[in-house]
Amino acid sequence: MEHYNMNLTLKVWRQKNKEDKGGFQTFQVKDISSEMSFLEMLDILNEQLINEGKDAIAFDHDCREGICGTCSLYINGKPHGEWKGNTTCQLHMRAFKDGETITIEPWRANAFPVIKDLVVDRSSFDRIIQAGGYVSVNTGNAMDGNCLPIDKNRADDSFAAAMCIGCGACVAACKNSSAMLFVSAKVSHLALLPQGEPEKRSRVMNMIAQMDKEGFGACTNTGACEATCPKEISLSNISRLNKEYLFASLTADK
Amino acid sequence: MTWKEVFTSSVGKKLVMSFTGIFLILFLVVHVGLNACIWANDGGTMFNAGAHFMGNNVVPRILEIGLFVGLLLHIIQGIMLELSNRSKRNVKYAIDYGNQGSKWYSRSMGLLGTLILIFLVIHLADFWIPNRAHQGFLLGEEINLYEKMKLEFSELWVVIVYTLGCLSLGYHLAHGFQSAFRTIGVHNKRYNLMLTSLGYGFSVVVTFAFIMMPWSFFLHIIQ
Repeated sequence: MEHYNMNLTLKVWRQKNKEDKGGFQTFQVKDISSEMSFLEMLDILNEQLINEGKDAIAFDHDCREGICGTCSLYINGKPHGEWKGNTTCQLHMRAFKDGETITIEPWRANAFPVIKDLVVDRSSFDRIIQAGGYVSVNTGNAMDGNCLPIDKNRADDSFAAAMCIGCGACVAACKNSSAMLFVSAKVSHLALLPQGEPEKRSRVMNMIAQMDKEGFGACTNTGACEATCPKEISLSNISRLNKEYLFASLTADK
Repeated sequence: MTWKEVFTSSVGKKLVMSFTGIFLILFLVVHVGLNACIWANDGGTMFNAGAHFMGNNVVPRILEIGLFVGLLLHIIQGIMLELSNRSKRNVKYAIDYGNQGSKWYSRSMGLLGTLILIFLVIHLADFWIPNRAHQGFLLGEEINLYEKMKLEFSELWVVIVYTLGCLSLGYHLAHGFQSAFRTIGVHNKRYNLMLTSLGYGFSVVVTFAFIMMPWSFFLHIIQ
């Protein structure tokens, strides 16, 4: 694809802190290369702001390789921008045209309060993991590959669920701000493997209880989460979680 | 985990919506099947016999109580879930995600459900209440429901209201049918595909059949 430069208008959400009401501010950026990443474009804008003696725009980022789940941003009405199966850090400026206006918002959900500008507090996800997203026995070092036979399809499904990077785009896209795709990915990934299987009942109950406590909504199976997920986590994981939850509640002791 | 904890959790609330939803879908099969007797075009003999059986036999009368319990649970839980889900995002987006990842009707189940509820009140006031009042409390003779339908559906505005009510039901079912099975845990791709297709088919056929009933009377297709 041919390289080109562009001038853009950016409408960015600015908010001093949690308590501040916040609002949109408009910025102009010039000569942005089509081969830059979206975050590099924001770096350029921030350099521009710092040189002008203004406060830089706060946004989350870490690996910039699309694997850590730190970057967020709701770009032109879609989490992680318009490219399918992609994170914001891997969104490149060739997705935009010269003269375009780009609106950038933080994830919106009561369970993800804005800390500053485009940065939201996603520690609610950490607390859901702490409630059961692990195997509580020490399984020692990795075994020899073929010691523990696992059906190939189960291993594949588990791996596909384990792809979840916990970025929160599913919550951002869901009309109910539901975290079900995230929770179901964690539940499925462990429930499908022999190491996670013994605790699958208590895990699903505890993680759902924590999810509700954090203030996420209920799932209505619209599929918006699956469509926006950078790792294309399948909606069928949510159905698997529902199955695990139903069995867990039917077989509970009290 | 106690039953209270189950049914007050977000997944438990959805399970209630799903089980009652599937029960209501089964009711629709009975309702549409029985009403289809109008197309026997025998002046309502077959249809009225069916209506008489449903009103006077003890089994459908007991099932009817279950139907109302299921309906009320579905309505109350649905309203509470909708309100709760709407309260989870206080600051809205400037640009809506819209139809990029989901169908409009899957995001409008609360609105469609409300429209169906309004339609249901009109529908029950038109047929069920006067009919049961005469059957149960013996206020004179049993109503000739076929003649009552003919009378009601001679007015164009009534036919249009019923058409809109049935369309709301159709879109509600288009999402609700497959969503109900996902909620009770059907995660296998082959069944999900099958249930989604079945759901669309069911919505279209049932909605079309229900819509054709008032129009059949209005257009004098049946006498």
